Amino acid sequence: MKFVHYLEKISGIDVYGITSFFIFFTLFLVMLWWALKADDRLIEEVKNIPLNH
Amino acid sequence: MQVETFYYDNRIVKNFAFATLLWGVVGMLVGLLAAVQMYLPAANFGLPFTTFGRVRPLHTNAVIFAFVGNGIFMGVYYSLQRLCKTPMFSKALSAIHFWGWQLIIVSAAITLLAGYTTGKEYAELEWPIDIAITLVWVVFGINMFGTILQRREKHLYVAIWFFIATWVTVAMLHIVNSFEMPVSLFKSYSWYAGVQDALVQWWYGHNAVAFFLTTPYLGIMYYFLPKAANRPVYSYRLSIIHFWALIFIYIWAGPHHLLYTALPDWAQSLGVVFSIMLIAPSWGGMLNGLFTLRGAWDKVREEPVLKFMVVAITCYGMATFEGPLLSLKSVNAISHFSDWTIAHVHVGALGWNGFLTFGILYWLIPRIYQTPLYSKKLAGTHFWIGTIGIVLYTIPMYWAGFTQAMMWKQFTPEGTLAFQFLETVTHIIPLYIVRSIGGLLYLIGVFVMVFNIVKTVRAGSLLAQEEAQAAPLLEDTPVHGKEYWHKWIERRPLQMLVFSFILVAIGGLLELIPTFLIKSNIPTISSVKPYTPLELQGRDLYISNGCYVCHSQMIRPFRDEVARYGEYSKAGEFVYDHPFQWGSKRTGPDLARIGNKYPNSWHYNHMLEPQSMSPGSIMPSYAWMLDDPIDTASTPAKIRAMQRLGVPYPEGYDQVANADLMKQAESIRTKLAADKIKTPANREIIAMIAYLQRMGTDIKGMPEATTQQ
Repeated sequence: MKFVHYLEKISGIDVYGITSFFIFFTLFLVMLWWALKADDRLIEEVKNIPLNH
Repeated sequence: MQVETFYYDNRIVKNFAFATLLWGVVGMLVGLLAAVQMYLPAANFGLPFTTFGRVRPLHTNAVIFAFVGNGIFMGVYYSLQRLCKTPMFSKALSAIHFWGWQLIIVSAAITLLAGYTTGKEYAELEWPIDIAITLVWVVFGINMFGTILQRREKHLYVAIWFFIATWVTVAMLHIVNSFEMPVSLFKSYSWYAGVQDALVQWWYGHNAVAFFLTTPYLGIMYYFLPKAANRPVYSYRLSIIHFWALIFIYIWAGPHHLLYTALPDWAQSLGVVFSIMLIAPSWGGMLNGLFTLRGAWDKVREEPVLKFMVVAITCYGMATFEGPLLSLKSVNAISHFSDWTIAHVHVGALGWNGFLTFGILYWLIPRIYQTPLYSKKLAGTHFWIGTIGIVLYTIPMYWAGFTQAMMWKQFTPEGTLAFQFLETVTHIIPLYIVRSIGGLLYLIGVFVMVFNIVKTVRAGSLLAQEEAQAAPLLEDTPVHGKEYWHKWIERRPLQMLVFSFILVAIGGLLELIPTFLIKSNIPTISSVKPYTPLELQGRDLYISNGCYVCHSQMIRPFRDEVARYGEYSKAGEFVYDHPFQWGSKRTGPDLARIGNKYPNSWHYNHMLEPQSMSPGSIMPSYAWMLDDPIDTASTPAKIRAMQRLGVPYPEGYDQVANADLMKQAESIRTKLAADKIKTPANREIIAMIAYLQRMGTDIKGMPEATTQQ
């Protein structure tokens, strides 16, 4: 039994890996973009929530 | 605008705080006992329920789910009310959550010591308790979301994101890993078998660390560290990015617990890649924590709360740097199954979880009791005793792990193994002794804290209902700064829940599904047969006594392991193993091919008094197995449960299984009698011997061509 070749036995298995990486990197880029573009005043307000009570 | 007056519930916070103190002491005491048992077998006291195999699961469960669990709830119940500017959604649900969780802890302690266990690490509790955990977790979820939905603060602070992700992921992990087939009220078999069971278990096990010991504590850190330092978190932007990256990546990393095992290679590689990627978001959180203190380091010198937090965050940084390194196959080949893992885990547990909990307790108790801490000096003493304790604990364990792995792999110039397994154990015993001293110091520190907190509580009075005021949240509450689409999720808890769930579910599904699909593609090894009824009973004794805590059943394809234990393990060998018993630590040798290695009489004497067969062994005695009868009444139900799980026993076999059991037992009894050992055939030791002698032997009957593949 060759367990190293499991992947080859399921047709289209590569779609699992590619999809997950695609989702992750899209999400990561969108979050990065949002975080960098977010308004300073909004960030300042939210980050001070714990101190405002 | 009309300002509303409301009251924060501090009583529930106090309850969870006291519970975390109590269970912390209990869990660490049990851990200390386990540490002593590692070099003093007499400390097992010769009783089933005080033997290491049961004490160790009690220790891990107590510190994870009782100490840290109550610590999480303490932090969440305190911070969530204030971050949402509203009391908890329901006092009744808070009470049910609190008492339900304590009841689960008590029943867990009793059943684990009594030997009722599923045999899956950190998921040992049997099915009725699993159901109770699910129900209490749902109660916690309703209470948490109810609170968030009635909040008076527009934005969800990042701590709440961590709480939401924790809740949804722990629910998913617990439910998926706990699928089991009940045999009786306190016995079940894992739904999955062998390779699949291993993957699900370590997908769970790793993410229990991620979503029980890490994400909730990060959430707590993001609230209590700014409070204690009296300054906002260093970078809120960084917290957003590291949150999403962390929860997405973490869920994939589980297979790094199974490197070089019979788990398919692609799953191992996936685990390695994502584990390496984890450094980035983990260090994002660590740096965000430490940088929050920039310009406030003078406070750290004077304030014990901050001292505890700084060491906690530093330990988090060290553990999350080491974790990815341990996931590299070359490093893992050395570290796995050795005490290195124990060292790694305790940097996180004692440093990150322990110290953060202590810091929060020192900060929180004086506030809800409206009085200064009884003694800052004592808290400082606790800090130093605890820190030295961590150092004395972990360094010997790193040393022991590295030494043992080197000794395991050492060959003589003639090409034979340089050391017997036992030599590698006796060699590191001094390190075990130092470790237990480190643990003792850490525990003494905890007692100092308990004294300090008791004194503080006595001097103050509980502010059970803390008055607060805030304006209600209206749809048109003005927002400072520009609006962005992110408000779609950042202000809406249910979207946050759904989105977090999708992220973690993607990781889970993409990793688990192919392994399950593959089942049909595994060429089953024809010579691998289901266990006989006697062997099955023996296997259940093996599980019930926690043998898996010290013995692995997984020979990795390394020269030294093949030379020491025999042919490396194949995935097809485990298809009837509900649950799998690969183990994670070799305090004793691997048992995957123990079958037929020694005569029955050797096992009999070894279980009675291990030191008589292996001088210097630290294995406890299992003398009671020589007297206790096999529970044959359970055999039919066990066979039926296995049949339902797909194990191919013939139709109606449950009715004749006990006859086969007695026949096999009789043959073992006869062989023992030939070696002048007199014992009735129906004793537990007979079942145990049957199982041990079966292990790893099936494959020996297969044709050469198949084994070579």
